[in-house]
Amino acid sequence: MSGLAPIEPVLLARRGKPNSASLGTYLADGGYASWKKVLGGVKSAEWTPAKLTDVVKASGLRGRGGAGFPCGLKWTFVPSKEKRGDKPVYLLCNADESEPGTFKDRLLIENDPHQILEGMMLASFALEVKHAYIYIRGEMVHGAEILNAAVKEAHEKGLLGTDVLGSGVDLTITVHRGAGAYICGEETALIESLEGKRGHPRIKPPFPAVSGAWGCPTVVNNVETLCCVKHIVDRGAEWFKGVGRNEKNTGPKLYCVSGHVEKPGVYEAPIGIPWEQLLAMAGGIRGGRKLKAVIPGGSSAPMLTAAEIAGVPMDFDGLVAARSMFGSAGIIVMDETADIPKAVTNIAKFYAHESCGQCTPCREGTPWLHKMLKRVVNGEGKKSDLDLLLQISNQMGNGMTICVFADAAIAPVISGITKFREEFEAYIAKSNHPDFALAAPEDLTNKVADRTASWRA
Amino acid sequence: MSGGQNIPVAEQAGNPRAGEHGALSCGRTLSFSRETGADFDRLLGRYSTKQSALLPTLWLAQREWGWISREAVDYVATLLDLAPAFVWGVVTFYTMYNRAPVGKHLIQVCTSISCHLNGAEEVFHECKKRLGGLKSGEVSPDGKFTVIEVECLAQCDKAPAVMVNDDDYFVITKDKLDAFLGSLK
Repeated sequence: MSGLAPIEPVLLARRGKPNSASLGTYLADGGYASWKKVLGGVKSAEWTPAKLTDVVKASGLRGRGGAGFPCGLKWTFVPSKEKRGDKPVYLLCNADESEPGTFKDRLLIENDPHQILEGMMLASFALEVKHAYIYIRGEMVHGAEILNAAVKEAHEKGLLGTDVLGSGVDLTITVHRGAGAYICGEETALIESLEGKRGHPRIKPPFPAVSGAWGCPTVVNNVETLCCVKHIVDRGAEWFKGVGRNEKNTGPKLYCVSGHVEKPGVYEAPIGIPWEQLLAMAGGIRGGRKLKAVIPGGSSAPMLTAAEIAGVPMDFDGLVAARSMFGSAGIIVMDETADIPKAVTNIAKFYAHESCGQCTPCREGTPWLHKMLKRVVNGEGKKSDLDLLLQISNQMGNGMTICVFADAAIAPVISGITKFREEFEAYIAKSNHPDFALAAPEDLTNKVADRTASWRA
Repeated sequence: MSGGQNIPVAEQAGNPRAGEHGALSCGRTLSFSRETGADFDRLLGRYSTKQSALLPTLWLAQREWGWISREAVDYVATLLDLAPAFVWGVVTFYTMYNRAPVGKHLIQVCTSISCHLNGAEEVFHECKKRLGGLKSGEVSPDGKFTVIEVECLAQCDKAPAVMVNDDDYFVITKDKLDAFLGSLK
């Protein structure tokens, strides 16, 4: 295992400074220099939307919200002016951070809102957006207040509005609060919610870049992604590419470490640092205990055993190679005292509660999984339950539904049961269910076969 | 609603009149105060359709009246030219619109995975117990408390995390529960 050299914080450089959320301190720290630089170069054509997009493309920035899609490429999917006609383009900042185990965007919003706004301004310039929205989850009441205050300050200073700094560029930013629905972090559900509807994901295509909010071309970017855009314009694409493990995983990254570690928190590091280095940053496992499992990318990511995560580079490709996913970098650490069946049941409860109800496999499947898992951990499980759980899971995922929520819901169930099956079996061995506790799956199969035979007779 | 029942829709609990949505009635007609009305007018300018102002308008309604009653649904529907049933459908989709009155302190205990690993379920049950055996979502007799379980609050590094109305409280372990509840006047 070779580590990556630590970096000076970039995204979190202003964390904890007095009044870090105010415009005054942001300007004093050199904030909005990129926005002014870009606007100053509009008339001389030193800066054009295409040029800014190229810089972001060259940086290799991949979306920090979960999917890891190349940000600059996403921007190029917006139809050209000739093709889109009079339709405006919208930029939506996805601040609906709800993935269990993820808490990086909240930190950025509460500590450094102007960093997000500057990222949005630059992205809006690249996309020729005149009205951008921040969709912030309902629970972040103070976060929304902080963002609203920041937007107001930026308007008053002339950094937003019409003909910003005499450049001819118009831009307004609106903060829109959600009201408690995990699914609204999915970009098309977010758009539906912004339009004043239930947050039901849309069938794709058309993709939002072609037809998104109010039927217009729309780009949805995560808070951290937009913050990265600001620093890419500040320091150049080459600098961004120079940070991180390889050319496909570039830039500084925020890691949210929670669970059984000594110092849970958000840590900034070059993307792709090895697991051990990250764990050391978070102070190691709590109480000197041994590591049992890690969920490396928010609760939707398949869990990895201690052996599987050893030496894994914590980035998009490193975790795919380890057969999990990087997701939102919400790293949930479980030590040897963790009860995996109970943890999986808890996660299943989350998905049963949050399914939007649009597609049958997900709406029906998620509560089934939760009910069956509850039965197992409550000592009423049947021996056939584990295989049935896996069977139901397989019928829910892999493209059976409009969005990937169902795939997220089954990941912890499948990985938990296959990797820690003995822990589930220990619960079933103690089951109070007299009829089924001792019946082996073969016996049940035979019984069904017998019955079918008797019907035929 | 169980299947096979032959009761007319209008006579079922929560359905005050046939063909209407099932929101609870607050027993009086509602309209926004002048201040909230001004906030509402400002909202409309921010979106390209009136309907898009629905979520923020419901927030205004909840700020004004504490919960979303049948009359609030009807009022908001009229303001935005929407069907009341549609508005009610949106209200019920999101968890943060209160569909019944809640206590002065709405205690929202996160029990998602990181908080679960730090004993959040125990905190949730103990919290209800210490408030006189409150049930989830129930208002205490003095009108001061309602305790509910919520999903991830994005405070996983400060688990178990609790939110009271709009404020965040961190590391509310079982032994800190008495001090925490005592701080809510």
